[in-house]
Amino acid sequence: MQSANGGRQTLLEVEHLTMRFGGLVAVNDVTFAAADREISAIIGPNGAGKTTVFNCLTGFYKPTVGRMSLHARHGDFLLEQMDGFRIGQRARVARTFQNIRLFPRMSVLENLIVAQHNELMRASLYTVIGLFNLPRYSRAEKKAVELARYWLDRIRLTDRADWEAGNLPYGAQRRLEIARAMCTKPVLLCLDEPAAGLNPRESAELNELLIDIRDKEKIAILLIEHDMSVVMGISDHIVVLDYGRKIADGDPESIRNDPNVIRAYLGEEEDEELPPQVAADLAQGS
Amino acid sequence: MVARAEALAKPLVIPTLLKQSIGAALIALVLTSLIVGIKTVDTNEALSFTTRFPSVAWASIGVGLAYLGFGLVRSGMPLAGLIASLAVGVAQASVLLWGGPAKELYLPFEDPVVNWVVVLVAGVIAIRAALALRRGDGTGAAPAGTALGDRIARKFNQASRLLAPLLIAFAITMPFLPFADRRFVDVATLVSTYVMLGWGLNIVVGLAGLLDLGYVAFYAVGAYSYSMFATYLGLSFWLCLPLAGMIAASFGVLLGFPVLRLRGDYLAIVTLGFGEMVRLILINWWWFTGGPNGINNVPRPSFFGIPFERNPPEGTWSFHKLFGIEYSSNHRVVFLYYLILGLALLTCLFSYRIRRLPIGRAWEALREDETACRALGINPTNTKLTAFAIGAMFGGFAGSFFATRQGFVSPESFTFLESAVILAIVVLGGMGSQVGVALAAIVLIGVPEFFRELAGYRMLAFGIGMVLIMIWRPRGLLAVRDPTIRLHPRGGPEPEPAKP
Repeated sequence: MQSANGGRQTLLEVEHLTMRFGGLVAVNDVTFAAADREISAIIGPNGAGKTTVFNCLTGFYKPTVGRMSLHARHGDFLLEQMDGFRIGQRARVARTFQNIRLFPRMSVLENLIVAQHNELMRASLYTVIGLFNLPRYSRAEKKAVELARYWLDRIRLTDRADWEAGNLPYGAQRRLEIARAMCTKPVLLCLDEPAAGLNPRESAELNELLIDIRDKEKIAILLIEHDMSVVMGISDHIVVLDYGRKIADGDPESIRNDPNVIRAYLGEEEDEELPPQVAADLAQGS
Repeated sequence: MVARAEALAKPLVIPTLLKQSIGAALIALVLTSLIVGIKTVDTNEALSFTTRFPSVAWASIGVGLAYLGFGLVRSGMPLAGLIASLAVGVAQASVLLWGGPAKELYLPFEDPVVNWVVVLVAGVIAIRAALALRRGDGTGAAPAGTALGDRIARKFNQASRLLAPLLIAFAITMPFLPFADRRFVDVATLVSTYVMLGWGLNIVVGLAGLLDLGYVAFYAVGAYSYSMFATYLGLSFWLCLPLAGMIAASFGVLLGFPVLRLRGDYLAIVTLGFGEMVRLILINWWWFTGGPNGINNVPRPSFFGIPFERNPPEGTWSFHKLFGIEYSSNHRVVFLYYLILGLALLTCLFSYRIRRLPIGRAWEALREDETACRALGINPTNTKLTAFAIGAMFGGFAGSFFATRQGFVSPESFTFLESAVILAIVVLGGMGSQVGVALAAIVLIGVPEFFRELAGYRMLAFGIGMVLIMIWRPRGLLAVRDPTIRLHPRGGPEPEPAKP
């Protein structure tokens, strides 16, 4: 299974994904693929159905029609057939949320330990041997703390590890949510607008972090983003949605020049000049 | 700058304050005119009423003055507030204490307790005023109440690491201390039962965040299971205890299934209904549960098979014979006390340990954000059901103990009020705080037992206390959460104080 660009293995295949809410078709027959060890972005105007695609992928919605298959190193999974939480547990697809969803009254470290719940649950023999604090469990817990520590170092939150997560500044909460998702040891990391609300410096840091995750952890990232500097700067592959349909699919260069995309973002009259803001945004990435 | 602003504002302040105080007094007048002003009297022929208009007048004047006092302190004139409140408070207190004939003339209310409340309010105003004077900022506004409360709670939490072993040591040696008469041990047993119930419910409400208003159902299931196994099948207490716990846990799962998708108010209503259902079934299924008559002659506890009897049948042992001591009916009381103390400590140890296990952290995470939990691959169904089952199991244990202590169970012991009291203990103590729950149980259960004379004011004090806590410490008195695992040792970079 080879994807069109770069010759990498396809990790996620979405075929004919359709999601209806009553009469509203939020996602209409969308087909795309995301390659392993690449960053793929889903972009589109507001209400294009990007988050709905994410919610289908991570099991929060059951798609009306469609197949979503994951070809990971640890097995093949049909995501549309799985219960919500099993997608994280078995298929190891992790996600973050548009509005940050940390456990605000738990400490930063605890947030990262909770992410390793399933592994620790097995180590504590479903609580039975954990109650007696046998060495097998304490070893597993130590390992979990080490992994958490590794990610805390990566997101520069090590000295604030014992803070309540809800008291962190906004940018740090964003980073923590990504670290928490990474602590589940995912094969596919889905990020819903990771750069929303970040200032330019934080946003540049985020780019570095994501590229680092792709290259060091060797996993695939799928992200929804409005910030073109992020999308154009780091994506290997971009899918454009508009009114629930896919209107373009390709590398950043081809997307930037795609007439359909320009029309979707700017309206019908192609002879009009780009508003300066948008022109700047599009130019920024290159 | 500040001084000039005050100098400008002062002429305006007095009339505004007076106006507001008169307003407050008028509202008090309207509210008290019927509630206080008219008192029903049971004459021989029929129910009639008398009036208590002087009390209404005094109450309105009192509210107006109190409002004025607080207003003076708040708007930069603490000295006036201090002098006035001290004058009123001291006058009232001295009349109450040494008044003699003056009592008839001066005292505003008939009831001494209400008269003392006046002294109390005057005292509070005086303290506020004195604090404001000492700080010298003239405003007297309490430093952001929640922050102060949080600091105290944090200090207390640190102290509780020391306090908890002391409390436990005291609880263990208590029956041998000189002041511990039979009544004291009895009350301590009752308090310990509620401490245990509080700790059990804390797992469901405090950790997993599932508001359960029907906890008494599991208490009832435990009590009835024990009574039936013991009376009908003749099983011993130590065999019945785990059985009762298991049956209660299954009821927990039974309740858990239908409410998996419910949160907040809806969950509370369904659990409340469940509690009532269990009670009604106990009443109406008469051929099985004995109906309203309950189950009599539940076997009394024995010391691991050796009964507490004065004259055991020939050839059998009894507790006092075994240990070669004089027979005393207190032995059983003390044994019961140790039994419930042991069970309660077991509950405490269990919750302490399980908070540090993945399942405990998953409960807390579920309380914080269920959606995020699902995204992390945590099975919300199993996690919730275990919380219900384990909470119910401890309720069942406590129920067994209740049955063996009373020797009699009937549906009357398991009304909604019990659930409310247990929940109040958990909420008051601070959800998730073990020491807080123990202290709350002592305050809510133990203290009223020793002040039976004031029983009429019990519910009033209870209500006022709850309202005050909801205003100042909505998460409970000792709701400071310590992380279950730390990267840096204590005393490293301090965690930020919680947001108000």
